[in-house]
Amino acid sequence: MSIVANFDLVKGDLDAIKGREIAAPEFKVPMIKRPSGSALDAFMGWRRENGRVGVRNHVVLLPLDDLSNAACEAVANNVKGTLAIPHAYGRLQFGEDLEVHFRTLIGTGSNPNVAAVVVIGIEEGWTKRVVDGIAKTGKPVVGFGIEGHGDIATIAKASYVAKEFLQWATELPREQCGIEDLWISTKCGESDTTTGLSSCPTVGNMYDKWIPRGVYGVFGETSEITGAEHLCKARAATPEVGERWYKMWKAYQDDVIEAHKTDDLSDSQPTKGNIAGGLTTIEEKALGNLEKIGRECKFIDILEPAEAPKSGPGLYYMDTSSAAAECVTLMAAGGYVIHTFPTGQGNVIGNPIVPVIKITGNPKTMRTMPEHIDVDVSGILRRDMTIPEAGDALIQNIVRTANGRLTAAEALGHREFSMTKLYRSA
Amino acid sequence: MSNPHLLVHEKKDTVGVVVVEGLKAGTDMLGVVTHDNSDFRLTAKMDIPIGHKVALQDIKAGDTIWKYGQDIGKAVADVKQGEHLHVHNAKTKRW
Repeated sequence: MSIVANFDLVKGDLDAIKGREIAAPEFKVPMIKRPSGSALDAFMGWRRENGRVGVRNHVVLLPLDDLSNAACEAVANNVKGTLAIPHAYGRLQFGEDLEVHFRTLIGTGSNPNVAAVVVIGIEEGWTKRVVDGIAKTGKPVVGFGIEGHGDIATIAKASYVAKEFLQWATELPREQCGIEDLWISTKCGESDTTTGLSSCPTVGNMYDKWIPRGVYGVFGETSEITGAEHLCKARAATPEVGERWYKMWKAYQDDVIEAHKTDDLSDSQPTKGNIAGGLTTIEEKALGNLEKIGRECKFIDILEPAEAPKSGPGLYYMDTSSAAAECVTLMAAGGYVIHTFPTGQGNVIGNPIVPVIKITGNPKTMRTMPEHIDVDVSGILRRDMTIPEAGDALIQNIVRTANGRLTAAEALGHREFSMTKLYRSA
Repeated sequence: MSNPHLLVHEKKDTVGVVVVEGLKAGTDMLGVVTHDNSDFRLTAKMDIPIGHKVALQDIKAGDTIWKYGQDIGKAVADVKQGEHLHVHNAKTKRW
């Protein structure tokens, strides 16, 4: 291996390190040997107790509430290789807002990218509710309440369990899985006019090729369909699903946007970054966004935030915010194991448990921040790459990622995990 | 074909997107309509950043702006062919 020499070569010269030509080719890693079949039909994943397949093997310390973040982070510090997922909420929530909170936590722990879970909460009642929810998958899960014991005793007990879980999980073998075992979500961010021309249709092309083969897909971003709602409704698999979708979209317009807006949202949706990238209106942004579902796919059902699909393989719509971390967190909680994220101006998002594959067609972003991008489709704008070729490049990257290649966001430590809040806590 | 300066989604569109960095006023732009791969020439009347839109024809205040073959909002000032079209002269019809 000549890695040492290559590192010496680029050391000290930041511009050289940022150069695209040094970003990958010198560090070829032998691909994992696949037992049989086409390289793009199979990958090595972890089949969990409930039959779902993960592409990562995390042991997670999951806080029920904001108060338990410190204990979870302490356990993660004690037991190297475990993953704490701190977040902001979990106290005095009620009604549908509380249901979304529980669905998000239980869904996160249940995601097949997670091998085992230790839940810590301030008290035992709600902690048990999360533990019981995750336990339905059959994976190892244990919970601890802090009250009556204190942080230090809780951290000690939880650390012993986390160590056992970790050593058990690291011995789990990968096995060959078909692409039909993949659940792949999508949401774009820091969009600009290049996303609608290149990176969003790239994801759409991947879905057009893979949804018919049994892959689960999902898109969402309810506010960001505004201006393309007639086109989105027409992409429902049946008129009944289309009507339900339109009702959900309209309710968001009336109950959230119209009820709370103070202007035309021209500083929020499109965002300042979108406008800097050339997007002018929400209608224009929405039409680019919708390119992510390709030309052929129809969505077969509508999911509540963080809800797992129940209607079999196919494309789903999830009612989510258009904020990147909130949306990806909800889709991961719905059970999706890989996220495809088109960006124009250069969103840097990752997720703690799901690899986020970032795709850009913007040559300026590729030049100024290439370390954040996994799939470069800027050739589309030069007309030297077609959309189907870009879709194939994404498919190849998805398979490599499923086989264990870390995404840019994973390599750079991006673990954004944001709870969706429907209204103020009690 | 050489690399285009400008991409347009559909024939019906009244705006196109600059896809090269550092485009200067006076550039004789090569435009391509992605839907059917047809091409055309248009002179840029202003410096326009990558990703930003150019009016493909004269657009009057109040006119609907078409992109993706769809309504993306309205002009709030007159925009001449080859000029930069963005938040200073166009606006959403929503919200």
